[in-house]
Amino acid sequence: MFQVIGERINTSRKKVQAAVADRNAAYIEEDVKKQQAAGADFIDVNAGARIGHEKEDMKWLLDTIGPIATVPLCLDSPDPAILEMAYGMVDKPPMINSISLEKDRFDTMMPFLKGKECKIIALCMDDSGMPASADDIVARTVELVTRLESIGMKQDAVYIDPLVQPISTDSVKGTMVLDAVRQIKNQYPDVHITGGLSNISYGLPERKIINRTFVTLMMDAGMDSAIIDPLDAKIMAVIRTADMLLGNDNFCMSYLKGVRSGMIKS
Amino acid sequence: MTDFNEIKETLVNLDEQRLIELVNEALEKDIPPGDILNKGLIAGMDIVGEKMENEDMFIPEVLMAAKAMSKGVEILKPLLSDKETQTRGSVIIGTVKGDLHDIGKNLVAMMMESAGLTVHNLGVDIAPEEFVRMIKEKNAGILCLSALLTTTMPMMKQTIDAVVESGLRDQVKIMVGGAPVTQAFADDIGADAFASDAGSAAKSAKALVA
Repeated sequence: MFQVIGERINTSRKKVQAAVADRNAAYIEEDVKKQQAAGADFIDVNAGARIGHEKEDMKWLLDTIGPIATVPLCLDSPDPAILEMAYGMVDKPPMINSISLEKDRFDTMMPFLKGKECKIIALCMDDSGMPASADDIVARTVELVTRLESIGMKQDAVYIDPLVQPISTDSVKGTMVLDAVRQIKNQYPDVHITGGLSNISYGLPERKIINRTFVTLMMDAGMDSAIIDPLDAKIMAVIRTADMLLGNDNFCMSYLKGVRSGMIKS
Repeated sequence: MTDFNEIKETLVNLDEQRLIELVNEALEKDIPPGDILNKGLIAGMDIVGEKMENEDMFIPEVLMAAKAMSKGVEILKPLLSDKETQTRGSVIIGTVKGDLHDIGKNLVAMMMESAGLTVHNLGVDIAPEEFVRMIKEKNAGILCLSALLTTTMPMMKQTIDAVVESGLRDQVKIMVGGAPVTQAFADDIGADAFASDAGSAAKSAKALVA
């Protein structure tokens, strides 16, 4: 089944930032409950936007979300000290967002990850920048998977983000990532593919139709997770439907359940 | 003059072949190459930039327009005098240290170049001292800083602080941009301008050096 990482609890979103600044627990609780009801499999928690307040904001958010969370959290920070604190505060093994091949990030995240029970989002980014080709994405994935396995992480715990880039700047940016995902799933069937999708439509009008079409193509290529807004009913309906069509929904049960609950509409 | 209008329209309509014809025709009519460049091509790209800002044109179209324009410039370049190739100002642009994103920054660089500015695109992950060094070396009038991450936004302030310490702050106007950057943030860190897209960035850069 496709795994949705709910992206809404992020202090770079204005309303969340205000709620965090005001310590408005009711707002955060309600948002998390809505994401869970909409089918989020993980709740991403990012407290990075109020510069200088990340640690206390993350602590408050986890204190607030912990008691009502029915799904694991995705702890989203570049700072291992904050992740260490956050890891100690959650009761279900979390997902960690994220490691990359950028040297500073890689070298600080590896000691944190070693021996932890968690899933990890691994970005195909290195010190030279964004990947420039499908082969680039695959090579970086091989490096990430190999290095993460060397500290005992299972392939099934690794969520590769191939870094979707805007098709508006180069017409081949869609096929580049689709080809890469196919190759990765071929080589590592147990490794997951995740990431944000909306970059694909940057610089173009009517972005959501692009995002929805792209997610179905990506799912066919092997993407089995995404970092999205689960309250976007249309993309959620497309994902559930595509999951069924790709054979991941026995007897179409999940699709039918979605239709009966009103979440999937034509 | 009608010739310039047709050149401008043809550029906005993304008709590269016709644009090349028009540039050659204008030269045959002894219209000064500098005028064809400034009143035709650059003026046309100004319209493209405005349309981009208003979401009447989109990135792929802007890229096509820039490509068409550069074909026109290729024809004109050998014919321009040194004085005419002197541009409206020199720009240093780069993504701040710790940040490797370059798509938006490159679009801004391209639009500024198309607007007739001389652009030195330093790339990504540029340290404050490198920006300072390049401002001196290129005698730049404008410094453009890009950041796409909330975690690298503070580096914009550090870079501006380094420019102040170097004593070069009065020489350069500083512009900032990138997805998480806002006008309020720009004001906060002492930047001179904020731009939300490549079209408006080129426009305000020209205004800053005017």
